[in-house]
Amino acid sequence: MADPIQPPAGPGGRRVRIGCGAGFSNDRIDPARDLAERGALDFLFFECLAERTLANAHALRAADPRAGYDPWLKKRMEAVLRPCREAGTRVISNMGSANPAAAGEAVAEVARSLGLQGLKVAVVEGDDVAAHMTPDLELMDGEGRLGEVPLRMTGANAYLGHEPIREALEAGAEVVITGRCADPSLAVGPLAHAFGWAADDWARLGAGTLVGHLLECSTQVTGGYYADPGRKEVPGLAFLGFPFAEVAEDGSAVIGKLDGTGGLVSRGTVLEQMLYEVHDPAAYLTPDVTADFSRVRLAEPARDRVAVSGGVGRARPETLKVTIGFDGGFLSEGEISYAGPNALARARLAGEVIETRMREVHGHQGPIRQDFIGLSSLHGTAHDLDAPPYEPAEVRLRMALRTHDRDLAEALPREVEGAWLSGPAGGGGARGRVTPAVTTRSALLPRGLARPTVRMITA
Amino acid sequence: MRVRLHEVASARAGDKGDVSSIAVFCDGPEVFEAVRAQVPPERLSEEFPRLFRGPVRRYEIPHLHVLNYVIERGLEGGVNASLNLDAHGKSFSFLLLELEIDLPRDQETN
Repeated sequence: MADPIQPPAGPGGRRVRIGCGAGFSNDRIDPARDLAERGALDFLFFECLAERTLANAHALRAADPRAGYDPWLKKRMEAVLRPCREAGTRVISNMGSANPAAAGEAVAEVARSLGLQGLKVAVVEGDDVAAHMTPDLELMDGEGRLGEVPLRMTGANAYLGHEPIREALEAGAEVVITGRCADPSLAVGPLAHAFGWAADDWARLGAGTLVGHLLECSTQVTGGYYADPGRKEVPGLAFLGFPFAEVAEDGSAVIGKLDGTGGLVSRGTVLEQMLYEVHDPAAYLTPDVTADFSRVRLAEPARDRVAVSGGVGRARPETLKVTIGFDGGFLSEGEISYAGPNALARARLAGEVIETRMREVHGHQGPIRQDFIGLSSLHGTAHDLDAPPYEPAEVRLRMALRTHDRDLAEALPREVEGAWLSGPAGGGGARGRVTPAVTTRSALLPRGLARPTVRMITA
Repeated sequence: MRVRLHEVASARAGDKGDVSSIAVFCDGPEVFEAVRAQVPPERLSEEFPRLFRGPVRRYEIPHLHVLNYVIERGLEGGVNASLNLDAHGKSFSFLLLELEIDLPRDQETN
């Protein structure tokens, strides 16, 4: 009898094991090493590139031509390259960010320092489409034309699909480093390579996209972003395992995690992640396919194993999505707390005083946000602040504004701190920070304008 | 009986630009039908007009008991522009779970 946790084998009978080693740039590294050491994987991919991350990386590259790739790239490679090479696991990542070439060199350096001479590292470029950003380019979401944005552009990157990754693997790459590409393509590339899927096999590309989508946020499918004590319990949240999928030739898969790791893989965790950041589940657009998750079937063949089938797809979009980054000035924030009798009234008074000073002394004209953390911050805009639901034992005033003027940005944390001496009675724990901000817009570009290239570096 | 959604459903929120998407996972077909009938997309605009400022669309996956709410201009400008402490709107899933619905009496949860 067949192993009950295996998906049905395809014509070739082969199943491919692919794992996810990161769901964002600052993700945990120890579970990735565990997956590299014990996962018996064919492929391990790392998704580290949010829109904002890439826009920041462009700023770093502008200051230093050797910078602009993921700041954790070397640490991650130091953790996984040796076990991956020993297990025959090939690594794919978008940690190239705004500088895939420098990232590829950095991977080769790490490989040499580990004694892994001869490691083949492929660099995928061609996502940088800044040269095609003309003032008359129409922006998505009714944002007008590019030339109308009154901000300094810092970079423009098209979402590439799976094809250059596949090409790199076919050329023998053991590590593939990309810049901007669609997150699920980091999984579709290796699957299409392993199974020989055609670039217009929409059903399989849709199924593979579902696998990539389920894995790409790492622990969000193994019990992260899920626990709700008393309603949804997750064991071992401090040591969540990273996920892997065992994929059949037709794209159906079993999602799992390593034995002995924390978390859980259940119908609930998989279903929640399937909808994450999805709009129309029957039309999830990537550069590879219009994927359709609306007919997916889930089953739980064994503990911490969920079988996923029925992911399909239709023809891919004719255009590529482009993210355009701009200098967004600064986000300025300051916080101070009040506790005990009349805490809320004192926090409100502090907020009024600080806002008055930001307007009348420092001349800030834009919006100023006042939140009362513990009472009305995260959902503050949704609720009526004039009718607090209860009198809090303590409350933390948070104030925030955005500006392109550094002096003005730095004035807010100082004014909040000033409330220690000059504000209402009993204010404590003042903190503040100024964060350089980026802002982004999106546009659609004809597919032919982005020309991906693959270049091999040997360590 | 009147219940808060939190007692009979889960939710997960995601962000893309200034669009918040909040998927609601119902504890069974009866809850799914009740939410489908009693939480139409316009209810979100009516309950939270200052937060959710654009049109709301809703997608359904009936066999999995999922309703997916997609809210244009639902993130106060999005992660790059919002002054909200939670600029991604990750906590907005629990804003939806505060909503109340009526369930037939024999659908009381255990």
